[in-house]
Amino acid sequence: MPRETPHGKAGLELREVSKFFGDLEALKKIRLRIEPGDSLLLYGPNGAGKTTLLRVLATLSRPSEGQVLFGGEDIYRNAARTKAAIGFVSHATFLYGELTAFENLEFVGTLFRLDNLEKKVRDVLDRFGLGGRAKVPVRELSRGFQQRVSLARAFLHDPDFLLLDEPFTGLDAQAAKNLAGLLRELPEQGKTLVFSTHDFEQGAAVARRLVVLEEGTVRYDGELSSARLEALGIGR
Amino acid sequence: MHSLKVIWAIFVKDIKVEWRSRETLASMSLFGLLIVFLFNFGFEPAREETLRLLPGLLWIAFAFTGILGFNRSFAGERENQCLEGLSLAPVDPGAIYLGKVLANLFFLIVAEAVIVFATSLWYNFSFLPSLSWFSCVLFLGTLGYVAIGTIFAAVAANTRMREVMLPVLQFPVAVPVFVGAIEATNGALKGDAPGDYASWVKLLAGFSVVFLVLSFLLFEYVLEE
Repeated sequence: MPRETPHGKAGLELREVSKFFGDLEALKKIRLRIEPGDSLLLYGPNGAGKTTLLRVLATLSRPSEGQVLFGGEDIYRNAARTKAAIGFVSHATFLYGELTAFENLEFVGTLFRLDNLEKKVRDVLDRFGLGGRAKVPVRELSRGFQQRVSLARAFLHDPDFLLLDEPFTGLDAQAAKNLAGLLRELPEQGKTLVFSTHDFEQGAAVARRLVVLEEGTVRYDGELSSARLEALGIGR
Repeated sequence: MHSLKVIWAIFVKDIKVEWRSRETLASMSLFGLLIVFLFNFGFEPAREETLRLLPGLLWIAFAFTGILGFNRSFAGERENQCLEGLSLAPVDPGAIYLGKVLANLFFLIVAEAVIVFATSLWYNFSFLPSLSWFSCVLFLGTLGYVAIGTIFAAVAANTRMREVMLPVLQFPVAVPVFVGAIEATNGALKGDAPGDYASWVKLLAGFSVVFLVLSFLLFEYVLEE
């Protein structure tokens, strides 16, 4: 049985996880525990391993070495359970251009076995300010609106873990502010947030915990408020 | 039960995408029509020759038409990395495979119907006397071909030279399907007793089942990075 925390929800843990792409070691023996209710900012330069780490957590990329545990159990032992608990936003939107925003989400909701699907889709579309564009084919939406649909896709099944790779990409100032507000509320709802961004200020306004990656290793892992940013090479 | 819903949802999604883009079916049908038209134009076969040539000609047309369809089927999934999006869902990967098989089967059968109809006009050949057995052979041969084509198209989708890789990977494996389908089509069109070509029909059915089951079980590894 998966081990659960006192909060009643399972945590994610990486144990000595390495990931190779040919000769390139994108992740080097990463050890990381992500507890329920965490709000974690992954920060680091290009090629630090942020996207690879998020993909490994999302079950999209199997570690070359080490283990990823969900509630103390290997995530691949019951991959369906892990996937049901995760909402993932990537650089790619995972959306079908010919389908409308509504149809894309309805399709995903069917795969996730959601009840009251139509209501849930409408609610999440409204939550991301897409109510007026629900019937527009995704191909005809701007990059910013496509990003919103992509975010709505990740939130649709109300997952416990939200893994967001550069979630603010393409959003205008108002939409980015709304998203930041939404992300700040997640830990209070018992949700866990792990996200990456190149804009440290934007990330710091949301996260409570900071993990700095550099060349595939964890350089810092701790409270964001107590991080010595200058020593980490992060200018504010 | 949920897997059936997933299969149906993927099928319906592919039909909707095709209905709006009108890319796959049109190109498949046109390509197949071009093959049978050029063949007729080049050889102008007499009536007795037509019966001898038709099984091979039809399956050549279906083979190349299928390649186009399989490539298109996963081109849509590659765009915006939708295939990865599918693998994020808590569903049996085999159900994703069967959903794609169902959609590819539908598109190829529609294209085949167009090609067969045009062939009957251009070659002045009536398929009506042998329609039931011919349809049965056509379905089984197409099912076997689609079972192979779908999994290899998914494999090729992750390679750099995917348009070249698909036929290279797929055709050698599909040879038994084409041999069986051509022999059985020959028997059906000649009006032979079904027992005379039953062994070829059984080969097609057996091959289809084996490949469907194998691919269903292996599709999980195809989806992985």
